[in-house]
Amino acid sequence: MTLRSITVRRASNLTATLLMGAATILVLLPLVIIFYHIIKMGISSINLGFFTNIPQPPGEAGGGMANGIAGSAIMIGMASLAGLPVGIFGAVYLTEYGTGRLSSAIRFCADILSGIPSIITGMVAYSLLVVPLKGFSALAGSFALSLIMVPIVLRTTEEQLKMVPATLREASLALGVPLWRTSIKVTLRSALTGIITGVLLAIARVAGETAPLLFTALGNQFWSRKLTEPMAALPLQIFNFAISPYEDWHRLAWAGALVLVVLMFGLSLAARWLGRTKHF
Amino acid sequence: MKCKLSIRNLNIHFGDNHAVKNATMEVAENSVTAIIGPSGCGKSTVLRSINRMHDLTPSARVTGAIMLDDTDIYDRSVDPVTIRRRVGMVFQKPNPFPAMSVYDNVVAGYKLNGVLKKGDADEIVESCLKRVALWDEVKDRLRTGAVELSGGQQQRLCIARTIAVKPEVILMDEPASALDPISTLKIEELIEELKSKYTIVIVTHNMQQAARVSDVTAFFYLGELVEIGETRKVFTNPEKKQTEDYITGRFG
Amino acid sequence: MNTTTTKKYGDRIFRAITLLFALSILIILLVMTVEMVSESLPSLRKFGWGFITGSDWDAVHGSFAALPYLYGSVVSSILAILLATPLSVGTALFITELAPHKVGAVTASLVELLAAIPSVIYGLWGILVMTPWLQSTVEPFMIEHFGFLPFFRGAPYGVSMLAAVCILMIMIVPIITSITKEVLMAVPSSQKEAAIALGATRWEMIRIAVLPYGRSGILGAVILGLGRAIGETMAVTMVIGNTPQISLSLLSPAYTMPSVIANEFAETTTKLHASALMEIGLILLVVTLIINFMARMLLWSVTRKWKGGVA
Repeated sequence: MTLRSITVRRASNLTATLLMGAATILVLLPLVIIFYHIIKMGISSINLGFFTNIPQPPGEAGGGMANGIAGSAIMIGMASLAGLPVGIFGAVYLTEYGTGRLSSAIRFCADILSGIPSIITGMVAYSLLVVPLKGFSALAGSFALSLIMVPIVLRTTEEQLKMVPATLREASLALGVPLWRTSIKVTLRSALTGIITGVLLAIARVAGETAPLLFTALGNQFWSRKLTEPMAALPLQIFNFAISPYEDWHRLAWAGALVLVVLMFGLSLAARWLGRTKHF
Repeated sequence: MKCKLSIRNLNIHFGDNHAVKNATMEVAENSVTAIIGPSGCGKSTVLRSINRMHDLTPSARVTGAIMLDDTDIYDRSVDPVTIRRRVGMVFQKPNPFPAMSVYDNVVAGYKLNGVLKKGDADEIVESCLKRVALWDEVKDRLRTGAVELSGGQQQRLCIARTIAVKPEVILMDEPASALDPISTLKIEELIEELKSKYTIVIVTHNMQQAARVSDVTAFFYLGELVEIGETRKVFTNPEKKQTEDYITGRFG
Repeated sequence: MNTTTTKKYGDRIFRAITLLFALSILIILLVMTVEMVSESLPSLRKFGWGFITGSDWDAVHGSFAALPYLYGSVVSSILAILLATPLSVGTALFITELAPHKVGAVTASLVELLAAIPSVIYGLWGILVMTPWLQSTVEPFMIEHFGFLPFFRGAPYGVSMLAAVCILMIMIVPIITSITKEVLMAVPSSQKEAAIALGATRWEMIRIAVLPYGRSGILGAVILGLGRAIGETMAVTMVIGNTPQISLSLLSPAYTMPSVIANEFAETTTKLHASALMEIGLILLVVTLIINFMARMLLWSVTRKWKGGVA
């Protein structure tokens, strides 16, 4: 420390404090503004029709995003079906058997993988599924989403499994219960709420993903009848309507954004609420 | 008396640490054997090798033989799961399954293995809880969570859970060290009572406890088995100087 | 015994399955890389290094070079990081060192909330609210007062490099903030107490004890933010104007690597066009792999140091 006068030191302390406060306000300001706009613009277009109708051509009233909402639900469901078991049981391997270099490599790669832009995941899903199946499809969209889910779920699950006390596993093993049953019925069971929290957050993350769907699910103005057809998704519709020149569609986009934000809000609130209840 | 467990030239390493050095000892059927020694002497390590709990520690290496009747439990063809069914274990801190009720904890060994008939369960729960003298205390709250019981009750519940799967040998790793004196007394009485049906090996740092409950005492020091013999003899007239120093409180 | 053998196999099968699932991480990463490389091969062979030095992107004549996209990505990300870093570190310090516990916790969860908003919603807000405002208010002001600088020349379009930088900054601030917060919380309180005991003011304590200790972790957080910015697709695509040009002016429209993929990949007509876009994707993949690798190394070293301190 240089010997400066106490006045100078106090002044710089005050300046720094004010700057940190100002930075925080500047950071949180967009949150307020964005939420203000989403709620103001979105709420006026939300009605029953929004959830039951498919989009109408510009100029015609009463359009909705029912197909987008359903499409998102279907694709997220399928992605979860494929991605969750892989992520969760992959994490079981890391906690039950993983001590060596391989496990460290897997952890590291999972971290790296979750930093890869999701549009690249979309391109890979395109060349792995869209090209061989000769068309855009809900299947390819779900596949892309599941690829995004796996590393996230694996890491969050592993964190939760590591918190299960070793004495519980030992108690089960000492009763002559095989390791695999112990893993499922004791270790996973004990960490269940934590794992569900992680799963909800992963679903919230994937629900808003748009880029990986652009050339896999592609989007659809109508209802899809098969999983091998292009399928609408809420974020895709928000994107397409936002960049369109029509007032009507902008309104739909805002309403869609409100629905999406409320959904994610609900998911993360549920996750927080679950995470709060003590489970050991 | 028939020999139930025979440990021959047992060596246990954790990485570079040679934790148990060439231990050889026998445990008679329907007896209580106490393993004593200062902390870090390898007594718990020996105990946990008898039901292959070290299999879970990747850095652990066990050599030598442990014969359970005529089976070498470290033989390649032997499944650790079947060994753990025959050799049960009670841990230092009571560890009932927190998500399960008292009832479910008793039959946990069956439930977790997915083999349990409803009629059998009631019978097992009642007889096991009676055997550990817990029945009268908990019979009205069998469906409450096991974690709501007191520490001593939890430990007796864990013993009930262990005997429910009908083991031949019960290993106890300082089973009363986390309990109050009255609960400790109950556990000690229980050990005396269980001896008629099971072979018991208990690790304890409490020498009075070893003297009270055991028939045979083994003294470990720095990973080596210094002395093993009839409890009365070990405590009154030990052969080795180290043993005498330890039981008279001159070190540790 | 029959049951014995099934039990034994049970453990083996379980181990094999879970291992396979754990390995899927490596498999995904490998397949991604192989797929991107092999799909890029036609373009790589045809254009060589010219792909990243030239500016001609012409689907009709089959001539592809990606410099404007590279330029757009690099400039928008770097500027966004430069603006976001002081804000993020300031906010993280506010949360960990300054604010009362409850205020800090609320601020932290609001920051988490910002991080959870999907990119497409930032884009929607950007294109329908922010860019009209930039066009009507901010950009004319800049042209009038700073128009002598090459960075603020031209007409106010609204959709522009400036808009992309603004939206990227808003998006990566919460990411850098929340990781920086974790890093700062790992600073041992003994360090801080030592500084306080020497008579340091709060700011001096931060400068002497907190920032030096967290330096590599904060750097990791910033680099991770950079990776996010470079890969960010939807929001940028919606506000940057999607014009492949290299202009010094922040007010002109530009284009980024993810944006051109998003706009053109579903509608390619020739194999070469698709391959050129794949090559852009490959560049993006390699860059983000390197960035994430560096960031994680930095962050891992911090958490390991921290864990060692506890034990």
